[in-house]
Amino acid sequence: MKALKVSRSVPRLGIARVASAISPITATKLGPLRYGSVDEPELPGPGWQRVRTRLAGICGSDLSLVEGHASLYFEDWVSFPFVPGHEVVGELDDGTRVILEPVLGHEARGFAPPFDGAAPGDGDDYAHLATGHLEPGIQTGFCCSTGGGWAPEFVAHETQLHRIADDMPDERAVLVEPFAGGIHAALLAAPTVAARQDTSTPAIVAVLGAGTMGLAAIAGLRRYVPDVRIIVGARYPHQRQFAKEFGADVVVAPDELPRAVRRAAGCHMVGDHLSSGAHVTIDAVGTSDTVAGCLRITRPRGRVVLLGMPADVTLDLTGLWHRETELKGAYTYGTEHLPDGRTARTFDLAIETANELRAERLLSATYPLSDHVDAIAHAATAGRRGAVKIAFDMRKEDR
Amino acid sequence: MPRPGFVLDVDKSTPPTLFWHGEGFRLEKLPADRSRVIYAPEPHDAIDDVDGAIRTSLLNPIDMDPLPSLLFPGMKLTIAFDDVSLPLPKMRRPDLRQRIIEQVLTMAAEAGVDDVHLIAALALHRRMHEFELRHALGDRVYDAFEPRGLLYQHDAEDPDELAFLGTTDQGEEIEINKRAAESDLLVYVNINLVAMDGGWKSTAVGLASYRSLRHHHNPTTMEASHSFMDQHASELHKSTWRMGKVMRDHGPKVFQIETTLNTDTFPQPFEFLSKREWEWSAKDRALYLGAAKSLAKTPPRLARKIFHGIEAPHQMTSIQCGEVEAVHKVTTQNVYDQQLVEVEGQTDILTMGIPYICPYNVHSIMNPILVMCTALGYFFNLYRGKPLVREGGVVILTHPTTNEFHPVHHPSYIDFFEEVLADTKDPHVMSQKWEQQYAEDDWYRHLYRTTNAYHGVHPFYMWYWGSHALKHVGKVIIVGGDPATVRKLGFTPASTMNDAFEIASDTVGRSPTITHIKTPPLMIADVK
Repeated sequence: MKALKVSRSVPRLGIARVASAISPITATKLGPLRYGSVDEPELPGPGWQRVRTRLAGICGSDLSLVEGHASLYFEDWVSFPFVPGHEVVGELDDGTRVILEPVLGHEARGFAPPFDGAAPGDGDDYAHLATGHLEPGIQTGFCCSTGGGWAPEFVAHETQLHRIADDMPDERAVLVEPFAGGIHAALLAAPTVAARQDTSTPAIVAVLGAGTMGLAAIAGLRRYVPDVRIIVGARYPHQRQFAKEFGADVVVAPDELPRAVRRAAGCHMVGDHLSSGAHVTIDAVGTSDTVAGCLRITRPRGRVVLLGMPADVTLDLTGLWHRETELKGAYTYGTEHLPDGRTARTFDLAIETANELRAERLLSATYPLSDHVDAIAHAATAGRRGAVKIAFDMRKEDR
Repeated sequence: MPRPGFVLDVDKSTPPTLFWHGEGFRLEKLPADRSRVIYAPEPHDAIDDVDGAIRTSLLNPIDMDPLPSLLFPGMKLTIAFDDVSLPLPKMRRPDLRQRIIEQVLTMAAEAGVDDVHLIAALALHRRMHEFELRHALGDRVYDAFEPRGLLYQHDAEDPDELAFLGTTDQGEEIEINKRAAESDLLVYVNINLVAMDGGWKSTAVGLASYRSLRHHHNPTTMEASHSFMDQHASELHKSTWRMGKVMRDHGPKVFQIETTLNTDTFPQPFEFLSKREWEWSAKDRALYLGAAKSLAKTPPRLARKIFHGIEAPHQMTSIQCGEVEAVHKVTTQNVYDQQLVEVEGQTDILTMGIPYICPYNVHSIMNPILVMCTALGYFFNLYRGKPLVREGGVVILTHPTTNEFHPVHHPSYIDFFEEVLADTKDPHVMSQKWEQQYAEDDWYRHLYRTTNAYHGVHPFYMWYWGSHALKHVGKVIIVGGDPATVRKLGFTPASTMNDAFEIASDTVGRSPTITHIKTPPLMIADVK
């Protein structure tokens, strides 16, 4: 079958990194991603199913890979060559439509789950991600044993599949995975919000960035974290509009975010830091500048949630040390403990949220795999082109 | 003999009219046969012997005893003076405040007075920088008083240094500087640039707190002031005068010193700015071209520095002292004598060029809020009788109007622009919904008290200043402004004057009458 594939090529990664500064099209053409024939992956064993891709989204982490910006950290956690694509809605052999929960968890890799009913992302030992009967890979789309969503077909373990209702359109379903990521980040705000001393006014949660993940975090905060005032820094007008519709209380340009948070907190600005600030700040971008910016607007003993994949950043952490700020990663999803006492799978919350908000509104354009250069260029410049999510559409692909 | 103000009817032979455009200029050709340009009167002759006139006035006050007879050993004497917002542009040294205060101090010393405080009456304005105080008062006064803590700036947020004097018959509270309130004599030194200045506004506003100021610095009062340049038609002044009555009954004895200036506003090489275009000489045209072209290539920051470095040659035309109201009556007449221009009837479109400076951006940036205030608060209100523009008419102004703020001087302006204007442009709504939050914001309070920041509530006052105009006119168009910034102000951007006229035609038709108020130099249109 014809698919997109990433090979280990240090020169190509280097070229892509340089070229991405000029143009995402050039980076895609010269980088490690190739469109060509690949073999259909074998079913690794019992419990595995063949999934025919219908739609597969292009995520920020995919872009950083294609553009050569991914961290060396992943060297030992992925296996080349692999087919990217982890935001997937597909179809099983019997015609059932499914959403992929991409983490290759314990059971998929032949290990006992960390607890009964655990989700693929649960657990506090990641040894299984690099061992077992599959090649290393943190999730589908980074593992050479399973294939990925940027191909007409891949394999997935039963524990990774969520069957969806007939009335859920593919265009909505493909947004469930990023929604789960955003909701997970939102729920990471909940403990800090609940532990605050002054509960006479809502807790302030700032969100920097309003691409797909930022918007999903806003939706998660509004739906699942009570008593919060959500202040969003969004760069583009359509992002601001979505942020408001998804539940933000205040939406400003990113460079106005510190002042907006200061106003809400009623605090001082001392140098470039707020004297107090947001109880929690969610960084949905993940650059040195945005992480540093989030640290500056988060109150002492507050929490900064890193939702956007930060890769290699340079930071002055004196403020973090002095303010005892908590820096919290928000990679994925699993089993969530909600502020109202419920326990739920993040994906179930994401499906619920995507249905409620008609998430298909965020899917701006789809491309066939063969137009991957244009698709990736569109995704890399989505904000300024008025788009949010770009996806590959394989419903008409030859299989 | 200086010529009076003049209204030029534009015809086909009229040369283009000079418009201010921030730190630059534009030449605009106004439509013939339906446009007119109002030119300010030429500068009146200045008093030759300024120091002699000051002394004569101090010894011969109006409705009060001579100053020396009010001074006695052991008394508390406070001298308050206008802050950096006056005059505009700043005057050449020695500043009138210095010349007057030096004479008052001499008389105080001769009378054996040793408890003297000097206070900059800045209300909720920013604190003056040292170089600004030195410019206003001179090095000798500064060095003698400041190091000993006897020269300082009014702090409207220091509860320990404010005194409550009472309320007016309409419930307006008067709270002013405690030292001034408890003095045996309060001498106020004023420079009256426009008819709005002076009188009870000097002390009841300049030395007041937010608690007092909110009674007249609000949309209802400002909207009903027609105009600020006509005390008897200004609700702002009526309120201030009511407060003055309370001050007279319960406050310190006030010895008011008011001065007026002529309209000699621009030194070389900017003299052409004060001239009528058809009278420009070859040298004037060359100077204009040189200035316009070089400014167009000059980085904004440098251009700002050049303009704010201008020291105006304006000089004193009168000085009067004594009882506040009696003094102010004479002062106002002197201002009118210099600045009034008779204008017949209103216009459909009022055009104005907004310069680089207003009272609130001395050595600073003319931010978008101040552009609005200068246009709709100040220039719109340069009238007596009726507004120059008819109700429902259009105001067209020229200014770059960039989204740029001085972070030290105008911190709350930035938030006002980002937060309040994003919510509402209605002065009444913002007054109810947002004003208190900004007035009581602890950070703004801290910056006002300890740095050189305007008070948190100040941008609201700037917006309120334009309340009457906002209600009166049908549309405001800014030519040459940054479109996004202009729209955020609630106005309409236009790239050229012709575009602006085209846009205005939706409101005032295809052949509107147009009046350009060519200021500065300052003037007041006496609209019949």
